[in-house]
Amino acid sequence: MTAPLSRSDTHPAFISVENLSKRFGDKYVLEDVNLHLPKGETMAIIGPSAAGKSVLMKCLVGIYGADSGHIFLEGDDVSQTNAPKRFEWAERIGMLFQHNALFDSLKVWENICFRQIELGTMSRKAAKEHAIDLLGLVGLATESADLTPNDLSGGMQKRVGVARAISTDPSVLLLDNPTAGLDPVLSNHIERIIGKIAEQRGTTVISITNDMQIARTRYQNLMMMHDGKVYWSGKTADIDETHNAHLTQMLNGSSHGPITMRTGKREDHVYS
Amino acid sequence: MSKPQNVPGNVRSKGLVDYLNDENVRAVLYQIVAIGLIILAGWYLVSNTLYNLEQQNISTGYGFLDLEASFEISETMIDYSAKSDYATALLVGLLNTVKVSFLGIVLCTIIGIIFGIARLSSNWIVRKLATVYVETFRNIPVLLQLFFWYALIPGAFPHPRDALEPLPGVLLTSRGMYLPVPMADTAFTMMGIAAVIACVVIYFVKKWAKKRQDATGQPFPMFLAGLGIFVGLVLLAYLAGGAPTDMSMPELKGFNIRGGYNISPEFMAVLIGLTVYTSTYVAEVVRSGIQAVPNGQWEAADSLGIRRTVALRKVILPQSMRVAIPPLTNQYLNLTKNSSLAVAVGYPDLVSVSNTTMNQTGQAIEAISIFMSIYLGLSLLTSLFMNWFNKKMALVER
Ligand SMILES: Nc1ncnc2c1ncn2[C@@H]1O[C@H](COP(=O)(O)OP(=O)(O)OP(=O)(O)O)[C@@H](O)[C@H]1O
Ligand SMILES: [Mg+2]
Repeated sequence: MTAPLSRSDTHPAFISVENLSKRFGDKYVLEDVNLHLPKGETMAIIGPSAAGKSVLMKCLVGIYGADSGHIFLEGDDVSQTNAPKRFEWAERIGMLFQHNALFDSLKVWENICFRQIELGTMSRKAAKEHAIDLLGLVGLATESADLTPNDLSGGMQKRVGVARAISTDPSVLLLDNPTAGLDPVLSNHIERIIGKIAEQRGTTVISITNDMQIARTRYQNLMMMHDGKVYWSGKTADIDETHNAHLTQMLNGSSHGPITMRTGKREDHVYS
Repeated sequence: MSKPQNVPGNVRSKGLVDYLNDENVRAVLYQIVAIGLIILAGWYLVSNTLYNLEQQNISTGYGFLDLEASFEISETMIDYSAKSDYATALLVGLLNTVKVSFLGIVLCTIIGIIFGIARLSSNWIVRKLATVYVETFRNIPVLLQLFFWYALIPGAFPHPRDALEPLPGVLLTSRGMYLPVPMADTAFTMMGIAAVIACVVIYFVKKWAKKRQDATGQPFPMFLAGLGIFVGLVLLAYLAGGAPTDMSMPELKGFNIRGGYNISPEFMAVLIGLTVYTSTYVAEVVRSGIQAVPNGQWEAADSLGIRRTVALRKVILPQSMRVAIPPLTNQYLNLTKNSSLAVAVGYPDLVSVSNTTMNQTGQAIEAISIFMSIYLGLSLLTSLFMNWFNKKMALVER
């Protein structure tokens, strides 16, 4: 079952998920998920609705604990929410939530630097300056710093969410649908920023998207999920048109369950 | 309707039927009819009552307020004796109502918030205990609860002769609780002034601390500093006033206890009953307020490595308050109004004193009109305060 993305052992896997299962009640939302990503690489997760993409991300960031299996971040086992290393990792992972989850009770700049303010690692003045810098990076005006999330449009909220996710300069960036609901120009802008961050800072990025085109052009790796299982994963460069057709068909969701890709060229990457 | 009618063909002049079919015209007509009916009904009632009162030779008016009340009231917060007039008696009743309502509101808020949060605890026992508390006391009529507490207190505690003394100087008897209180002294006036000064000083220190934190990020231990300033200044005033140590100790004299401060069983029953009953509703308001905040807010705070207690205070509660304040206002109003049930256990609240007054004077309508206006006034004051508080909370969010 396990097929590490990077077969070459020159990059030890930075994020390593092994046989992860997660259930709510009796219902398995994640089943035997494996994921290996070297440091500094980018990965897109794609899959139909309710595939378990968001849940996987919340497991990675430590909101949900694993029912079985393991999550290693740079060798630290952080499978459980109370894992000793979890707190340290909170500083090193940034996450954008699907619905942004900005704090309505706080101003935009307080949202972006909430962690720094609460832990006292930055003065409020410095935090605000830092927040304004980040707002500029995601293309928002300085004035928006003093608004509350409710005063922002959906696209603006998404960008504040991105700013919050990168505010601690994390080594892992998890983005749940960073471009959903944005117009193509903005969506391109955000994807460019993400790419730039990964390139310049060596950040490892995992991004959930619904857009096969974006996944193929902007990310080095692709993981496709269906029904809580990994359906396909590999290098985006390796996807040829036959693959693409299958994956796209899959994504556009026939309700007939996974289509086994016996005809695909890289059967070793096919899970069903 | 005020728009210029420049639609061609709409030049036909309007007849009466057209007017009656016009919604706006009809709405006005209905209102005129409704107001007319109310005035008619009111006039009928008033004239009828006046006629009947005249027949029974009862004079109307509020002149009776200046007459001697000639009845005793068991607990008063101001100087009162049977020689005082009815107005003073009613004021005593009002103050007793305000006292029990105010304390009840403060206590039920504190207890309600604790139980509301406890109902969402991840600890099974805490959660279940809170649920049992809320479900039990919420579902028993408050009047029965008052009877229960009133039966419990005299029943559970001994006659003054064998008073329990759980703490030195504190006596528990079937006639209520007795606390030692310091003898009146000028030092206490000075301490009061010192307390006010301390509050002003704390206000400015807090402002300075916030400014400093904004600039440097250095947090300031405001709670400890505030406590220090307050206790320090008050203590200083006490010492400057000659540190009086004379206490009025409750003591058994004959068959009764003299001295000290008495908390009557009636007052205790009303306060406990109203507090417990209303706190269950406050707990539900707090719980639903917290639950109304999307789970994503908890998760986002969690993903930032923020502790749950901090997330509760900084992220969740401010948002719950927004939905919780209006229903909380309702509960405060209910508590104030329910305090009129105090008459059932003999606590001399406004209704109880008004009852006695109207029995003695026969001025039922006047007495009722007085306490109804007072309850209305109290309720409006509570509403006004809560509206102001609501606005303030909403402004903080901007
Ligand atoms: N906290 C939870 N409690 C119970 N079930 C949950 C919870 N979170 C997610 N689920 C369930 O897990 C499944 C996967 O949800 P998830 O949010 O991961 O889907 P997704 O792949 O992100 O879909 P989408 O593309 O629509 O966002 C769904 O069936 C959902 O109902
Ligand atoms: Mg999702």
